Amino acid sequence: MATKSFFRTQTGVTLRAIFFGAAIAAAFPALADNLPDVQKLIKQGQYPQALSKVDAFLASKPKDAQGRFLKGLILTELNKPNEAIAVFTKLTEDYPELPEPYNNLAVLYAQQKQYDKARTALEMAIRTHPAYAIAYENLGDVYAKLASQAYDKALQIDSSNPTAQNKLALIRDLISTSGKPGVKPQMPAVAKAEPVKTEPAKQAEPAKVATAPAAAPVPATPAAAPAPATPSVKTTAPTAAVVATTPTTTMAAAAAAPAKAAPAAPAKADAGNEEIRKALSGWAAAWSNKEVKTYLAYYGPEFKPPKGMSRKAWETQREERIAGKGGKISVTFDEPTITISGDKATVKFRQHYKAPGLSTSSNKTLVMGRSGGKWLIVDEDIR
Amino acid sequence: MAGRSKLLLFALAVCLAAGGAHANSSKQSKKKKAKTSQKAPAVTAAAPLAAALPLATAALPTTVSDSGPEPQLARVFEAIEQNNLDQALQLTESLLKQYPNFRLAHLIRGDLLLARTKPISGFGAAAGAPTDKVADLREEAVARLKAYRSKPSANYVPRYLLQMQPDQQHAIVVDTQKSRLYVYANDNGRPRFVADYYISQGKLGANKVSEGDKKTPVGVYHVTASLPRQKLSDFYGSGAFPINYPNEWDKQQGRNGHGIWLHGTPSDTFSRPPKASDGCVVLANRDLDAIAKNLQIGLTPVIISNSVEWLSLDDWNKERNELNKTLEAWRTDWESRDTERFLQHYSRSFKANGQNFEQFAAQKRQVNASKQWIKVKAANLSVFRNPGKDEVVVVTFEQQYSSNNLDNAMKKRQYWKREDGKWKIIYEGAA
Repeated sequence: MATKSFFRTQTGVTLRAIFFGAAIAAAFPALADNLPDVQKLIKQGQYPQALSKVDAFLASKPKDAQGRFLKGLILTELNKPNEAIAVFTKLTEDYPELPEPYNNLAVLYAQQKQYDKARTALEMAIRTHPAYAIAYENLGDVYAKLASQAYDKALQIDSSNPTAQNKLALIRDLISTSGKPGVKPQMPAVAKAEPVKTEPAKQAEPAKVATAPAAAPVPATPAAAPAPATPSVKTTAPTAAVVATTPTTTMAAAAAAPAKAAPAAPAKADAGNEEIRKALSGWAAAWSNKEVKTYLAYYGPEFKPPKGMSRKAWETQREERIAGKGGKISVTFDEPTITISGDKATVKFRQHYKAPGLSTSSNKTLVMGRSGGKWLIVDEDIR
Repeated sequence: MAGRSKLLLFALAVCLAAGGAHANSSKQSKKKKAKTSQKAPAVTAAAPLAAALPLATAALPTTVSDSGPEPQLARVFEAIEQNNLDQALQLTESLLKQYPNFRLAHLIRGDLLLARTKPISGFGAAAGAPTDKVADLREEAVARLKAYRSKPSANYVPRYLLQMQPDQQHAIVVDTQKSRLYVYANDNGRPRFVADYYISQGKLGANKVSEGDKKTPVGVYHVTASLPRQKLSDFYGSGAFPINYPNEWDKQQGRNGHGIWLHGTPSDTFSRPPKASDGCVVLANRDLDAIAKNLQIGLTPVIISNSVEWLSLDDWNKERNELNKTLEAWRTDWESRDTERFLQHYSRSFKANGQNFEQFAAQKRQVNASKQWIKVKAANLSVFRNPGKDEVVVVTFEQQYSSNNLDNAMKKRQYWKREDGKWKIIYEGAA
């Protein structure tokens, strides 16, 4: 039995942890090598050891969903939310049919107070598995948070009141892929003081949410569209091993499709494109060379730092993370897709970031604005 | 659970709708004199609904419609009434994409999101929400929806715009109770509706009397200047247009105060509550920009009313003809040098330029005695009815006076008041 809420983050968000039953070990009989060891280490709270073990595992099986999922969990435990987000994001791209990475992504976003992103992720989790109770409860909490933010804006009040505790639950296992009867996501193993919503209500409400596509921009993953109203977990992949060996190329292709659909139209290599590409190279070079001043100068005055940070706090943080980083940083990007409309441009690309101990690739969207003949970043988004 | 929150929201929507109807009917009963006045808003809901339909199909219209966020707001409430909360949320979110600083929409979004997690008790269900701010936003919602549902009919015109002078291209009419500003174009003297916009008035309402009373004046004014954004603090938004409060009539009534402007909103605010200013008329920046194009400095009339009275075109024509006849009689009676007949056009309570009626009459008798002939021409005439319970019209024209011993040209303004059924001049002077 895991401890209750042993996740604690700097934001004071308490995560409700789902306990990790003994059944889980049995749920992954086909797991190769040392993943059970990794799980044991996690259970014992030995995260650095767990991390090196899972990294070793992933070195030989880089695509393995379970291994990557555990890595995401470990990074979350190690309080490395951005790296954990990168891991879970990549998982949702490669395995859009799995609800758990979406859920955990949402938990991480919620910790960072990025509730819109959390909402989108949870709605995706529910879309893939309409009966996913944890995702529903989490979504309820995210809606409440979003409501409170909306009220702040409406009434010009600051509701960052400390009493409003967030209690999003992190999912700790890829249960939906286990196919093990009895290991249902609704398992009310969560010892919650709060009365759990009644089952019928949950069924009725979610169905509505799932069928009426909300305004949230949803990455098109038609393949993942589930047959609704199947309370029991339907699994096509009977074991984790199957997931691991599933040729990811098709998955990845499907996931990548939406990103590539737009640029299919021949992008005009006009002057604007060229200027933007240049700005982008300059930006990445400044980052790589740790020229923080130059790097920050690529962000326009309208740029809103994430998490409601002040510009100054954000700049300081960037300075710490860039200039303060030991060792070499390398930031490169794949050919960007540039959409220009007037003085605004949306630039999408895959960013490769390498630094000692961390190497990530993520899909990035920059919104840039032209001012004074220069293209400056006004919004930055990692997906 | 979901059902209950729906019901509550439904109750809210109905309550908003009913609030509108109630306000209308109460006004109707109050105003027995202007029977026609409330007919104009009786446009069926179908027309605006149809107008809203193109919005439904077009994904996020980028062009600014004169009607602003109202059509979409109406659809949000419609969706709530139909228990379609998902659609309502979707509509609200798309509304916010267009108007990111629209606080009312943020409040509705908060309610719709909260309704997904628990039953809510009504509009502005935020825990610990300041009640005054919620009440403000509720009033704004009611004002916007009512205005949307009662667009002025093409066959009715504001009673005030009896005659615009040829070079006045537009006239502004403000209804403080409805929180609405109407723009009319001068179509060969006949006012033609152009657009209407949501506005905020003084915190304590209309009928300004004195400096600092936080009220918006009621009367016939015109814009006197244009203050560009660069000269103003962000508070005034995209610009300001002062009006000539207190005008001659206000001063004579002992009203004072200054600095009544039409102006915009701070950059972080799409719109302010219906009662928010210190007496100014406040518009959303985009709306101010839109009307700014139609404002002629020193010329464009701005008529502010508590509650605009509307006339059918027939009634409007009748009133206009009657006044034109009266003015013509005044002019010819002056030319006739029959001083007593001329003086019949003046009220016993006439007061202007430090003279009362007796002093004015004595002077006219003396002056006219020396005249062998008088010619009076009135050109570029405008006639605006002064809003309020007294029947007063404001007449402005270029007067060309010539006689055997004096020629004089001036811009003249007169206030006429109906006394015992007859129009009499109670004030006149240089404009």
